[in-house]
Amino acid sequence: MQRKDVKPLSTIRSGEKVRLAGIEAGRSLNSRLIAMGLVPNVEITVVSNNHPGPFVIMVKSSKVMLGRGMAQKIMVSARDHEE
Amino acid sequence: MSSAKLKSGIYLKEKIFSFDIMKKITVALAGNPNSGKTTIFNLLTGARQHVGNYPGVTVEKKEGLCKYADYEMTVVDLPGTYSLTAFSIEELVARNFIVQEHPDVVVDIIDASSVERNLYLATQLMEMNVPLVLAFNMSDVAEQKGLRFDIAQLCRLLEAKIVPMVGSKGRGRKELLDAIVETAAQVRKPRTHQVRYGEEIEHELAAIEAAVARNEPQLAGRYGARWLAVKLLERDDDLTLRVHSRDVHDAVTAGIAHLKGLFGDEPEVVMADRRYGFISGACQETIRTTVESRHSYSDMIDAVVTNPMLGVPIFLILMYLVFFLTFKIGTYPMGWLEWLFGWTTGAITSLWPAGSESWLKSLLVDGVIGGVGGVIVFLPNILLLFFAIALLEDTGYMARAAFIMDRVMHKIGLHGKSFIPMLIGFGCSVPAIMATRILENRRNRLTTIMVIPLMSCGARLTIYALVIPAFFSETWQGPMMWLIYLIGIVLAIICIKILRLTVLRGEAVPFVMELPPYRMPTLKSIAIHMWQRGWMYLRKAGTIILGISILLWIAGSYPKPSAESLRDLSPQQAQQKRLEYSVIGRFGRAIEPAIRPLGFDWKIGTALIGATAAKEVFVSQLAIVYAVGSEDEGSTTLRQRLRAAYTPLTGFCIMLFCLIYAPCVVTVAMTRQETNSWGWAAFQFLGLTALAYVVTLFVYQIGSRIAG
Repeated sequence: MQRKDVKPLSTIRSGEKVRLAGIEAGRSLNSRLIAMGLVPNVEITVVSNNHPGPFVIMVKSSKVMLGRGMAQKIMVSARDHEE
Repeated sequence: MSSAKLKSGIYLKEKIFSFDIMKKITVALAGNPNSGKTTIFNLLTGARQHVGNYPGVTVEKKEGLCKYADYEMTVVDLPGTYSLTAFSIEELVARNFIVQEHPDVVVDIIDASSVERNLYLATQLMEMNVPLVLAFNMSDVAEQKGLRFDIAQLCRLLEAKIVPMVGSKGRGRKELLDAIVETAAQVRKPRTHQVRYGEEIEHELAAIEAAVARNEPQLAGRYGARWLAVKLLERDDDLTLRVHSRDVHDAVTAGIAHLKGLFGDEPEVVMADRRYGFISGACQETIRTTVESRHSYSDMIDAVVTNPMLGVPIFLILMYLVFFLTFKIGTYPMGWLEWLFGWTTGAITSLWPAGSESWLKSLLVDGVIGGVGGVIVFLPNILLLFFAIALLEDTGYMARAAFIMDRVMHKIGLHGKSFIPMLIGFGCSVPAIMATRILENRRNRLTTIMVIPLMSCGARLTIYALVIPAFFSETWQGPMMWLIYLIGIVLAIICIKILRLTVLRGEAVPFVMELPPYRMPTLKSIAIHMWQRGWMYLRKAGTIILGISILLWIAGSYPKPSAESLRDLSPQQAQQKRLEYSVIGRFGRAIEPAIRPLGFDWKIGTALIGATAAKEVFVSQLAIVYAVGSEDEGSTTLRQRLRAAYTPLTGFCIMLFCLIYAPCVVTVAMTRQETNSWGWAAFQFLGLTALAYVVTLFVYQIGSRIAG
């Protein structure tokens, strides 16, 4: 798969859908996020990205809140269009 | 054998026989947080539950009994987890339980409306090769979302019985119990289906498995070579430490290096991905979505309660309601209980002639009733608080509350949820410490417990109410009160910072949290929650509190001065004399040199020592040492005496010291129970006393220089 332009999840606006490219965090956090469904290529819907409110995403049909700092460590790419 | 013996033998045998055929099995409940695990646990066990801690850790362990058919099941509620790694204490506890206790059946509670994510834990349980039953809970919600399951096919793929349930409505209990019984009776055999990690990873796993079987046969027997190999390749901290063989470590290191080069990613990430791959493979064939729908009503509620403008005000209003319910509504049942104890005291006193000095009367009235009363009087607060907490948790609001406060609390190094126990601390430290159970992280929980006594509780308010009007003019009374509360908060923040940098150091817990859909709580689960907390308080903390109260009573009553020395004194003077003569009085005098630099004399010292029983006792003890009749904090005579004896600076220092120093014995007992260690209780007690001393010394010395 070709690398599309990868950017932090924190830059994605509410309502947009993206794919997970990678997580730039320590092992402990990484494993926690993976267990909650944040595996490579999974589809993420940003439910709410309002300053200063919580950062909420939808992943594998569950709603997950993230700290804003964490949303900066999660790298995402645009969704493939053929879907 | 005589015939009589034989007969009774037959009779006994029948009894034993009927008792014998109850087969005893252990059933462990695993599952994600918010999967409705507790509801199912309550459904299986009813109120026959026992709450404790797993040995050596602060993770709560719930156990209950369930009799079904000819089985007696011990049901153990494992901590809610998403996975079984070694990164969190809850996950370690859950998997150690499975490895060490060999439960006969593990039931994985799955939120049927979010199957894929929930099955991730199931794949790991499958890897551990446990006898597994999957409870598809909330299947009504899944149905509303348009999900249709081919249960029979899914059972075949996952090699486990699957039971659709609606725990909150009690649906599926019998079916689940049948599935448990059938699974327990089955012979264990290796699985044919399990996660395959792909050729490269499987190759490394095989190499590690062989090395483990060769060099660590004991560990392999205990954990299973396959599971051990998987965990080692994931660089599991706990299991890596248990393996001593060089060969195994070499195989693991080589495997990780090889796979990293191959995939450009950690093997653990690739392996997690493959597990999800296995799950989606299984789901693709067996789950159909008929309608496209979303969490609609949940989203609507969230749009309001997590709104950037409305979120904080709504949270504060709800917190006010929790506080109001706990302490304002709580005063009514507290009043009834106080009346009951007053009546009992009267009834017992009347057994002796008026003016009797019987030690037994004093022990019963002041020691036992005082002690028991001191324990039970908190019960309404605790029940009401846990009613409110259960309501917030079961509806799903608690997760939102945590997020709303997280931005503020994170800055001082705590979790958003810590706000709730700290707020409760302004009412009383005892329920506040119990409320820290809502915090999952141990370090957060300990830090919060340690600083809770710095929130000025209701008992300390009685001290401020006595002291402030005694020394300060009306215009200064409000600001003084405000100042003393503020000092407590500021000191708490400083202490949190210090604790997080020293004894409770560790990386700040990253904030990731699932937002469960809002749900209607059931009365049953709230009632069970309240009952558990109340009972736990009475049984665990209650006994310690009672013991310490009786000890303090002895210290305040003995030794007694001779009857002649009291003969010509008024009742107040006699009481004063007795207190002075007792261990507490003597101790108060003994510490005078130490507290003189704080501006305190032995009278204050005595009252301070007595007040470790309960902070409001400070007022009554001071009344006794000043030999003023009324113990009421509104007493003008006591205020006049204080004003005559001390400067306003000393008055302020009294409040400051009372705010910070040693928490009352009930709090100490509670800290001991909730941290599961006397060490933390002692640390809190001594640490706060030292802090009180330093702060008060500083204020008094600087203050008296400026004034002088």
